[in-house]
Amino acid sequence: MVTLEDVSRLQVVSGKGGTGKTTVAAALALALATAGKRTLLVEVEGRQGIAQLFETQALPYEERKIAVASGGGEVYALAIDPELALLDYLQMFYKLGGAGRALKKLGAIDFATTVAPGLRDVLLTGKACEAVRRKDKNGRFVYDYVVMDAPPTGRITRFLNVNDEVAGLARIGPIHNQAQAVMRVLKSSETAVHLVTLLEEMPVQETADGIAELRAAKLPVGRVIVNMVRPEVLDEDGLELVRTVTRSSVARSLSAAGLGGARRGGHAERLVDPLLQQAEEYAERYALEHEQRAVLGELDLPLHELPLLAEGLDLAGLYQLANELRKQGIA
Amino acid sequence: MSPDQAHDQGSTRRRLSPAPVLDLDPLLDDPATRIVVCCGSGGVGKTTTAAALGLRAAERGRKVVVLTIDPARRLAQSMGIDSLDNTPRRVKGVEGDGELHAMMLDMKRTFDEIVEAHADGDRAASILGNPFYQSLSAGFAGTQEYMAMEKLGQLRARDEWDLIVVDTPPSRSALDFLDAPKRLGSFLDGKLIRVLLAPAKVGGRAGMKFLNVGMSMMTGALGKLLGGQLLKDVQTFVAAMDSMFGGFRTRADATYKLLQAPGTAFLVVAAPERDALREAAYFVERLAAEDMPLAGLVLNRVHGSGAAQLSAERALAAAENLDLVHARADENLEEPRIVDQDGGKAGLRNSPDTYGSSESPATDPERDAPTGANRQTATDTDRTASADATTGAHSGAHSGADADRTVDDLTAGLLRLHAERMHLLSREQRTRDRFTALHPEVAVSEVAALPGDVHDLTGLRDIGNRLAANRPELPEAADA
Repeated sequence: MVTLEDVSRLQVVSGKGGTGKTTVAAALALALATAGKRTLLVEVEGRQGIAQLFETQALPYEERKIAVASGGGEVYALAIDPELALLDYLQMFYKLGGAGRALKKLGAIDFATTVAPGLRDVLLTGKACEAVRRKDKNGRFVYDYVVMDAPPTGRITRFLNVNDEVAGLARIGPIHNQAQAVMRVLKSSETAVHLVTLLEEMPVQETADGIAELRAAKLPVGRVIVNMVRPEVLDEDGLELVRTVTRSSVARSLSAAGLGGARRGGHAERLVDPLLQQAEEYAERYALEHEQRAVLGELDLPLHELPLLAEGLDLAGLYQLANELRKQGIA
Repeated sequence: MSPDQAHDQGSTRRRLSPAPVLDLDPLLDDPATRIVVCCGSGGVGKTTTAAALGLRAAERGRKVVVLTIDPARRLAQSMGIDSLDNTPRRVKGVEGDGELHAMMLDMKRTFDEIVEAHADGDRAASILGNPFYQSLSAGFAGTQEYMAMEKLGQLRARDEWDLIVVDTPPSRSALDFLDAPKRLGSFLDGKLIRVLLAPAKVGGRAGMKFLNVGMSMMTGALGKLLGGQLLKDVQTFVAAMDSMFGGFRTRADATYKLLQAPGTAFLVVAAPERDALREAAYFVERLAAEDMPLAGLVLNRVHGSGAAQLSAERALAAAENLDLVHARADENLEEPRIVDQDGGKAGLRNSPDTYGSSESPATDPERDAPTGANRQTATDTDRTASADATTGAHSGAHSGADADRTVDDLTAGLLRLHAERMHLLSREQRTRDRFTALHPEVAVSEVAALPGDVHDLTGLRDIGNRLAANRPELPEAADA
């Protein structure tokens, strides 16, 4: 079991598109919030995925409580808007209120947050790091954990490492300092980058590539979380039998189960082919999943699996996944 | 209630009118179709769809080029485009008279080429060596999208192909590739550029003096923010690029118009999942707002079932029946003399009836035909025999009961698998119906889920067939 001291305070969740990284990030935030902890779930891509998951209205650029966890824990959420974050930042460090507005009119803010290399990313990671370090007047951390729903695997290293790039680009000046400070947090053991994947070839390949990139950039890789794992309905023996069983015996068995006649053209008999067909598809997928599990096993990282929720994901499902993560000792 | 009754009741219920079916072959065959853009959120199979459409069009006789952004390695290898040279390569193994060319976008190289094409040697060198340019071109927000559109414009201008199929970058939002060129364009054209250029251009023009005071205040603020050296890099970059800005803007506008032209068709690609279809719906709305021609929705990875008439609930109940047969048989094995076999059997024969009777006996005269009953009797006899054998000596011989039991276990597994499939199917159907309700005008092509990934032309051809099959994979009515 992982003790709380071992759990990094900034947990970054990435994954290939379609693997459910937002869901996993949200479940992780819930899981970490148990036992009276307070977590902040941060969204950086402006997709309002968190609001949709928690079935609330679109999140503004402010920290807002969106859920409670068992034992009095709380989950806050923040959708970071790069433009507002920049104005915030200008205000905080330069008291540039009026000039900020003028810059905005000029298109400089738009430039800084959309076109200028890396600035947008510095602002996003900077805001998250600020939340990690923020303390209340008693000197306690305001948030026990910050979970970031980060950009997809293909861009995660560049996103997190961008501070390095900006620091190189802006060799002096306040952005340089800011970038350096953020980078210190991101590369420390305070941070862990988790990758969400499915048991499919492309996401697994991308996960392996992503981990190699993160390691090369000296960013701390946390865990691999396999999402939407389907239950094992038939095992090796069952699948072997699928190949050898006679159609008529399956038809008789279906009939015995109360599904109609086993004779040719009977209800049960007509089910045999499609059911065996589905079993063959399952067998193919089963083999592929085993291969991919083996590939993930070679990554030498803690591996977790979350089940596919048959009825689709809702709020209750999210809590279920959070429970699962806690059971597996990830939080 | 018989299945027929269920069907009747379903059709009297208010239900969604089915989405029009997207007929892709006429679109691909039409010589007026010059550009097909595949867009959609990440992880929905855009690249594979683009490649499959390109192959299909080529094998139907067209001269096609496919521009992919970030193909899976094995797919790229199989098409021979895994080397990054940023020009289209002819794909081998294409059948028929057409041709398929494919390329993978190298955004930095594309950007470099623009600079080289529009600036003389020294100036190009100073731009390419500028640290700000290097970061900008190496792929920060928007560059990939911009370069994809730039490359599309270039391919179109070469006029060597009669159909271009474009994949779009895996952006945080599927809409980025529409916005990025404009954004970069308006930046390069905007007031900010003039401010940044101001120090370079301050030169004796008295009339500009007042303005320049304001501007140097701005550059002062920018300098404070960015640090003087970065600001200087940006200024040098902007000054060097000055002559090219007009060109950037013009080309961005031209590409944008190209996307609106009648020869262009957008295909929104999605998977039957909530987020992907939500993104698809945004996209459909956005395309309409931009007057861009939408051909339809490609819905990938859709699951069907050949046994859709058997609901998940009935399949699970039937699987439980089979488990129950053996659970009771086990009790009988352990205490063969205490448990009344006939009682157990009667219970079993009765319990499935709840489900069995829901099928109309009239339409299925053989449901209660001897087959089932005989087997049951035979099995019970066998089981009694095997129970005797167990209580006697462990004969170890394979009895018919063991075989039946193995088959019953398998059948229960098959039924559970089916229940899982039906749950998935009804979830996908709900998601799709929500999209269809919002956008009933959008034609849909459903592509069945494949158990594995696509790595070769055979696989792409198969996907192409599925794309053009004009047949919904999911049942139409939401009765399941």
